[in-house]
Amino acid sequence: MSTNHDTKDIQQHIKVYMIVFATLAALTVATVAASYLDLSRGEAIFLALTIASVKGSLVASYFMHLISEKALITWILMLTAVFFFILMFIPMTSFIDQSRLG
Amino acid sequence: MDIPYTVEERSDTGLFNAKLGIWLFLASEVMLFGGLFSAYIFLRFGAPDGAFHEWGQELNIPLATLNTLILISSSVTMVMSWASLKLQDIKKYKLYMGLTLLCALGFLVIKYLEYTAKFDHHIFPSTNTFFAIYFTLTGLHGLHIIGGMIVLFYLWIPGRKMWLSNSEQFTNRVEIVGLYWHFVDLVWIFLFPILYLL
Repeated sequence: MSTNHDTKDIQQHIKVYMIVFATLAALTVATVAASYLDLSRGEAIFLALTIASVKGSLVASYFMHLISEKALITWILMLTAVFFFILMFIPMTSFIDQSRLG
Repeated sequence: MDIPYTVEERSDTGLFNAKLGIWLFLASEVMLFGGLFSAYIFLRFGAPDGAFHEWGQELNIPLATLNTLILISSSVTMVMSWASLKLQDIKKYKLYMGLTLLCALGFLVIKYLEYTAKFDHHIFPSTNTFFAIYFTLTGLHGLHIIGGMIVLFYLWIPGRKMWLSNSEQFTNRVEIVGLYWHFVDLVWIFLFPILYLL
C-alpha cells in the first residue's frame, strides 16, 4: 500500500503533468503559428526544430521521468545520442563528394 | 521459478529488469527512426531547391495539428493511468487507460482520413521523394501506434487481473508500456514540423 508520503508525491507529480500538458499544447499552437511567419527557410527550420526539441525534452523529462531517473539510463541515452547525431551527419558526406566531383 | 527483478531493483543497475530492457529497446528505436530521419535529410538536400516545401503543401496542417494535440493528450492520460495505480485507484486507471486507447484510435482515424485524401488525389509514395519518405515515416509511426494499442488493450482488460495478485508488478508493467507510448509521442513531435510545416 502507498504511504501518505507517496500519495503526496504523486499528487505533486500530477500537478506537474498538467502544467507540462498545457505547455505542450501551447507550443504546438506556437509552432503552427510560427510556420506562417515570413521567415527565411533556415530561420523557419531553426525555430521549428527548437520548439520541437523543447517539447521533446518536456515529454522525456517529466512523462518519461528522465529528470529523476538512474544514471545508467542517462549514460545509455547519451551514447545513443552520439550515434544519432553521427547518423544525421552521414547525408552530409554525399554533398562533400558532390562538391569534390564538381 | 519466479522471474527475478520484476519489482525489486538489481543492486548493480539500480533498476528493475524491465525498466532497463525498455530503455535499451527505445535506444534501438531511436536508431531505427534516426535512419529514416537521415534519409529525410538526404532526400531533402537532394531535391530541387524549395521542392520539399512545395510538395508538402499538399498535406492537411489543421488535421495534423489536431492529431498532435490528440497524441499529446494520450501521453497525459497514459501517465495519469500510471499515477492512478500509484494512488491505488484502479477505477481511475481503467478510465485513463480507456481514454488513452480512445486517443490512439482517434489518431489512427485521422491518419486514415489523411491517407485516403492523398490516394483520392492520386498521391502515392511513388509520386515524389517527399511523399516516399512521408508515407514511410508516418506509416512506420502508425505501426508503432497499432503495436502500442495492442499492449495497452491487454493491460486495460485481460491483463488487469494481475492487479489483484501482484499490484506492484502490474504498476511496473503500465510504467514500461507508458515509456514506449511517450516515445511514440516524442517521435511524432519531430515528424509533425519536418513533414507538415517546413
